[in-house]
Amino acid sequence: MMKSLTNLFKIGMLAAGLALAASQPARAVLEIDITQGVVEPLPVAITDFVSSDAIGQEISAVITADLKRSGLFAPIDKAAFIETVTNPDVAPRFDDWKVINAQAIVTGRVTKEADGRLRAEFRLWDTFAGQQLVGEQFFANPTNWRRVAHIIADAIYERLTGEKGYFDTRVVFVEETGPKNQRVKRLAIMDQDGANQRALSDGRSIVLTPRFSPNRQEITYMSYESGQPQVYLLQIETGQRELVGNFPGMTFAPRFSPDGQKVIMSLLRDDGNSNIYTMDLRSRTTTRLTSSNSIDTSPSYSPDGNRVVFTSDRGGRPHIYVMGADGSNPQRISFGDGTYSTPVWSPRGDLIAFTKQTGGEFQIGVMRVDGSGERILSSGFLQEGPTWAPNGRVLMFFREAAGGGGPRLFSIDLTGRNEQSIPTPNFASDPAWSPLLD
Amino acid sequence: MRRIAAITRNPAAIVLIAMLAIAGCANKQTPNNPGDLGLGGAGSATPGSSQDFTVNIGDRIFFDTDSSLIRADAQQTLSRQAQWLNQYGTYAITVEGHADERGTREYNLALGARRAAAARDFLVARGVAANRIRTISYGKERPVAVCDNISCCRRTAAPSPC
Repeated sequence: MMKSLTNLFKIGMLAAGLALAASQPARAVLEIDITQGVVEPLPVAITDFVSSDAIGQEISAVITADLKRSGLFAPIDKAAFIETVTNPDVAPRFDDWKVINAQAIVTGRVTKEADGRLRAEFRLWDTFAGQQLVGEQFFANPTNWRRVAHIIADAIYERLTGEKGYFDTRVVFVEETGPKNQRVKRLAIMDQDGANQRALSDGRSIVLTPRFSPNRQEITYMSYESGQPQVYLLQIETGQRELVGNFPGMTFAPRFSPDGQKVIMSLLRDDGNSNIYTMDLRSRTTTRLTSSNSIDTSPSYSPDGNRVVFTSDRGGRPHIYVMGADGSNPQRISFGDGTYSTPVWSPRGDLIAFTKQTGGEFQIGVMRVDGSGERILSSGFLQEGPTWAPNGRVLMFFREAAGGGGPRLFSIDLTGRNEQSIPTPNFASDPAWSPLLD
Repeated sequence: MRRIAAITRNPAAIVLIAMLAIAGCANKQTPNNPGDLGLGGAGSATPGSSQDFTVNIGDRIFFDTDSSLIRADAQQTLSRQAQWLNQYGTYAITVEGHADERGTREYNLALGARRAAAARDFLVARGVAANRIRTISYGKERPVAVCDNISCCRRTAAPSPC
């Protein structure tokens, strides 16, 4: 369990400030359909939370930034606001917000409890229905104020889109410093918006491809620290490290199974080919899933744990294959021109994200799990390694521009229309999105 | 971009670099002759030294894009290496496998490993004891030549950093 959780309690619904027509949910009036290809961002007014210091304004700013970067919301400039909210317990003057076309209004209050905890309350209002949609309050250690803001942004996102949010999440990645031929690589972690970045390794060994456990504060990654590149586990909070398995050769491309009990990865064979294995983290037993005379790598489980998608060059060039979780019945699913690699199964189960190389470009795309419906979301000189937001609506990847000197992180949603850069002080690669924190 | 083999301890270690003919420029037939690589004039190193290996024998071979087949010119280099290693039997050798950055990370780790294994197998077939040879793949980490712009990788006859 993560440390901060003990300090963060959701207390539940606030009583609605107005009589709520329970049988007539306002959702019918105000909802964003994010399944459509093109979405007009919803104009919303996010007011400064009432507080005796700057924290109310800061929390509003984080909520605003989250919603704006999702591409689904268009937060309205505060300078246009007519009403100044001083008492968030009463309904806003809806007419004042209709004038500036705010479809929804967010109000709130931040106070300090006697025991030092932060108390944050928020309400989401449907302007044109004249109703409260959500009202909740949270208590948290003041150092966790950004998490409180992300949780509120997730609640707003979920209420207005009907889907889970992804703002209260973190990203592990590889921070890169120094010249390209002597690059120093450190594991690092940050909030999904780039805040609270910190290093998780010292940079003495090359580290690659960190991935989150689905249910623990733990990552699996590859490191050269023993001199032989191998797969490790790292406890994020304690820094404790552990080698995964006792394999004779290089192990690489690790990921957790959806239940967190296994690590699936590639093992280099003595003949130079690579096959896919799993290791059960409890019993320590290893199981071989593929035995082709080729490179089989980048395995990723389906969310139900029944299937595995992976890269193989058994057909000559790298392509994407799907097999049973026991290694049975491998089927090629990518058939376009070029090569396909780094497949990652969507947390929703419906899509595979991949990197495609064709025409001298690197593309990030998605296809259905049977290989149909391929769509390219982003193309560039050098980009790879998509990772899914836990709601399966957004991908993060890394890109290096021609002559750019090093990679940077970007996100893009499934429409392919909302590309955002993720700010990091140094170059960054190999991002992996966490599950929603709880 | 120069990676010179180094003696580390007894038995002295030397490094063989097995890598791609850089970045989509495979048609340029990157030279496998050490003189052409600018690694110094022949005969300037003490015979049997690691410098001798690097300078006179050649410490690196190149592959075609996405390939781990030992090219004819690489076979010549590896044959010289095998002969040298059989003559100077105290050296242990590390074969580093590399791939360029025009590939994805995990696949290139595997590709670098397959190239290193191909070079090792060639040396073993020429009589070098397998237990003298260690292989390691760096994939697209530690590129031996940095090639990060379009012109560098365009298949032209024009001079380029490749």
